[in-house]
Amino acid sequence: MTETPKKSGIMGRLFGRGTATPVVEAPTPVPQAHATEVAVAAAEPRKNWLQRLTSGLAKTSAKLTEGITGIFTKRKLDAETLAELEDVLIQADLGIETATRITAALAKNRLDKSISPEEVRAVLAAEVEKVLTPVARPLIVNGNHKPHVIMVVGVNGGGKTTTIGKLASRYRAEGRSVTIAAGDTFRAAAIDQLKVWGERTGAKVVSGKVGADASGLAFDAFKQARENGSDILIIDTAGRLQNKQALMDELEKVIRVTRKLDPAAPHDVLLVLDATTGQNALNQVEVFRERAGVTGLVMTKLDGTARGGILVAIAAKYGLPVHAVGVGEGIDDLAAFDPGEFARTIAQL
Amino acid sequence: MFQSLSERLSGVLDKLTRRGSLSEADVTEAMREVRRALLEADVALEVVKDFTDKVKAKAVGQNVIKSVSPGQMVIKIVNDELVAMLGSDAAPIDLVATPPVAILMVGLQGSGKTTTTAKIAYRLTNRDKKRVLMASLDTRRPAAQEQLRVLGEQTQVETLPIIAGQQPLAIASRAMEAARLGGFDVILLDTAGRTTIDEALMAEVAAIKTATNPHETLLVADALTGQDAVNTAKAFESRLGVTGIVLTRVDGDGRGGAALSMRAVTGRPIKLIGVGEKWDALEDFHPDRIANRILGMGDIVSLVEKAAANIDADQAAKMAAKMQKGGFDLQDLADQIKQMEKLGGMGGIMGMMPGVAKMKSAMASMPDGEKMLKRQHAIIMSMTTKERRLPKILDGKRKRRIAAGSGTKVEEVNKLLKQHRDMADMMKAMGKNKGLMGKMAGMMGLGGPSAGMGGPPGGGSLPAGITPEMLEQLKKGEMPKGMPQMPSSGGMPKLPGLGGGGLPGLGGARFPGLPGLPAKKK
Ligand SMILES: Nc1nc2c(ncn2[C@@H]2O[C@H](COP(=O)(O)OP(=O)(O)OP(=O)(O)O)[C@@H](O)[C@H]2O)c(=O)[nH]1
Ligand SMILES: [Mg+2]
Repeated sequence: MTETPKKSGIMGRLFGRGTATPVVEAPTPVPQAHATEVAVAAAEPRKNWLQRLTSGLAKTSAKLTEGITGIFTKRKLDAETLAELEDVLIQADLGIETATRITAALAKNRLDKSISPEEVRAVLAAEVEKVLTPVARPLIVNGNHKPHVIMVVGVNGGGKTTTIGKLASRYRAEGRSVTIAAGDTFRAAAIDQLKVWGERTGAKVVSGKVGADASGLAFDAFKQARENGSDILIIDTAGRLQNKQALMDELEKVIRVTRKLDPAAPHDVLLVLDATTGQNALNQVEVFRERAGVTGLVMTKLDGTARGGILVAIAAKYGLPVHAVGVGEGIDDLAAFDPGEFARTIAQL
Repeated sequence: MFQSLSERLSGVLDKLTRRGSLSEADVTEAMREVRRALLEADVALEVVKDFTDKVKAKAVGQNVIKSVSPGQMVIKIVNDELVAMLGSDAAPIDLVATPPVAILMVGLQGSGKTTTTAKIAYRLTNRDKKRVLMASLDTRRPAAQEQLRVLGEQTQVETLPIIAGQQPLAIASRAMEAARLGGFDVILLDTAGRTTIDEALMAEVAAIKTATNPHETLLVADALTGQDAVNTAKAFESRLGVTGIVLTRVDGDGRGGAALSMRAVTGRPIKLIGVGEKWDALEDFHPDRIANRILGMGDIVSLVEKAAANIDADQAAKMAAKMQKGGFDLQDLADQIKQMEKLGGMGGIMGMMPGVAKMKSAMASMPDGEKMLKRQHAIIMSMTTKERRLPKILDGKRKRRIAAGSGTKVEEVNKLLKQHRDMADMMKAMGKNKGLMGKMAGMMGLGGPSAGMGGPPGGGSLPAGITPEMLEQLKKGEMPKGMPQMPSSGGMPKLPGLGGGGLPGLGGARFPGLPGLPAKKK
């Protein structure tokens, strides 16, 4: 075997193919600072209480100074800071495209202006808020339709039924009468789940048999809501992935059937989005909007660790109103969508 | 799942393969696009960074393989890192414990725990013929317990009777008791969904875990999850210690990044995937297949593997020719040892060779195996060129010098020399048998690109006299039938411990090999 030459960097050996590309060695990380720190600590004799106290104080004041100089040493937004901000946005699920667009806008608006490190996140939040403000619109139920029909759609487990319970509770508190159609005839115990919400809120629940045709049930519930003079009819639907053709067809059928009773129905179609969802949410909006005529969004589970940044991408792309957000499993855990607060959470302020 | 990621990645990497040569900038640019593709597929940022860093680092330490383009090499590296990230072996649910074996299902709200519980129960009952009991500890979501009861009816799996008002921990104890008394093999415990920052609920599930001591704690997560996958996975892992992950809604057109993220940050295997609403829509997770599906570049990967095998086959061929003449000297032995060391030391190209992984792990499990090789190599390196070529001239004085120079003892030098003699003798004996040596030489790379192991059996370019069947047998580490038997003289040194190993380049064929390795018990 011939003597193997000393291994050089890839670009020299693998990619250079004999050309004289300079060899780039991967820098070996040398934890120098760390090592010395440890060494110093080990070498240091035990301090007495006074020494400990003063060194502790020194640390505190160093931190203070750092903070103060931080505020006063403003600097221009550099590429590194922008990259960091982009990472913050990506980690909140805005998606790379929206994240890049927002940081670019930030850089442009702040061109040649200096900014302190403390300000950076606030400025970022402001930029996000700008995108969200136009879509923050409450769900308006005027008395024009009786009943006002709200259909709730979305993928499995997103929080449709719970959101319906919360909405019903709110409308009941406003003194309106509510009928709910237990349109999820597929999932086990979905009807029982909704009945519990009916009891909790005093809404009337119209249900059929498990496995029954969902559109037929919706039709019946609509008729009953009219007969009992309900102000609002909320139609629950079974969760479905938007790429299942047959299930999306079924949803279209529910809509067609309700239109037999009122050509303008359903007056609102709410898509429930789970805050933990990633980039797939964009596709959910696209498909549910096309097939079910989604008119507005509710984002659930914002009480967890997910920040729901995909909503920013959705706002930018579709401009669909965001009516409310779910912040827990309780009956009152439905809040108005506050773009400022939402943006600050995304910017991790 | 993974479809769009696959499309994106192959787009990026395709561009690389079309280039004749690559600069560092090309690779950096490609990695930027890989990063983009992974992020768009919802892989968590920290996992993406780690991934692209690793690929770059590997690429830097990489050797040239002839007949492979740099781009193809990079694809191979990306593939290997994907497999590493996903874990290489399928990890089924483990039921090896004293029955009733408890399986605890945990996860966020709406992730699919209840449906998954029923699917697992269905599979264990029908496929594995286990007696399974299911119990719902979800007292929070309206009708959750009722849901599991109905699922039990539908799947014909028994469920724990519901007692209204009973708290989760009490239900858990009752479930364990019922499973014991009822002689069940498995008890599945479905829990309420919870956010990881709800401290009270996390404490509750931790208490349930302590009380039931589950053999498996499965984190059920939605394949549509975005960047939050890491927070969730880390939180459940650190608080509870999960044993595996079940990904649900894999039949959606989500990009599957959560699979990569969760496995990477917890190190826990993805055990199962849910692919539909039917009871049997539950599949084992095969990381290697998935990696292949993500990359969609299986042919390039195997091409590189073959080419890598051939490099060493070239060297092996030279060696074989030499042996044929009976000229196996100490220098050759040193080269062999170096080869072996490379295997142990995780070399770039060598590590890719089929069969070498096994060899490496065999080496790794031999205490001092590597140290031994180093000492032997040191002994030979302390010899003059002449001594290496003509071991006969080694007298006591020379041996003492060599021992001192290599920091060993004269006995060790003697032992090495004896082993070398045995090997050389045996090789000479083999060399007389022209048929066998000719065939071996043929296999060692004289048959063109696809002669290396891993080439398609019957691919047309196998060396004369070697049938695909023989090749198969060789791969398994046996001497093929129909080949002349190797002499099995008493002094024949074996290559202990290297189960499926052999001479590098032979992808697993047994070869009269290295002396001195401690025997390993099977
Ligand atoms: N933490 C939290 N959990 C929620 C929220 N909204 C709903 N959930 C929970 O999410 C889970 C699923 O909610 P459901 O309302 O049943 O969801 P769904 O979309 O109707 O589900 P399917 O009908 O099965 O498709 C339940 O455990 C709810 O309690 C929320 O805003 N925050
Ligand atoms: Mg529901």
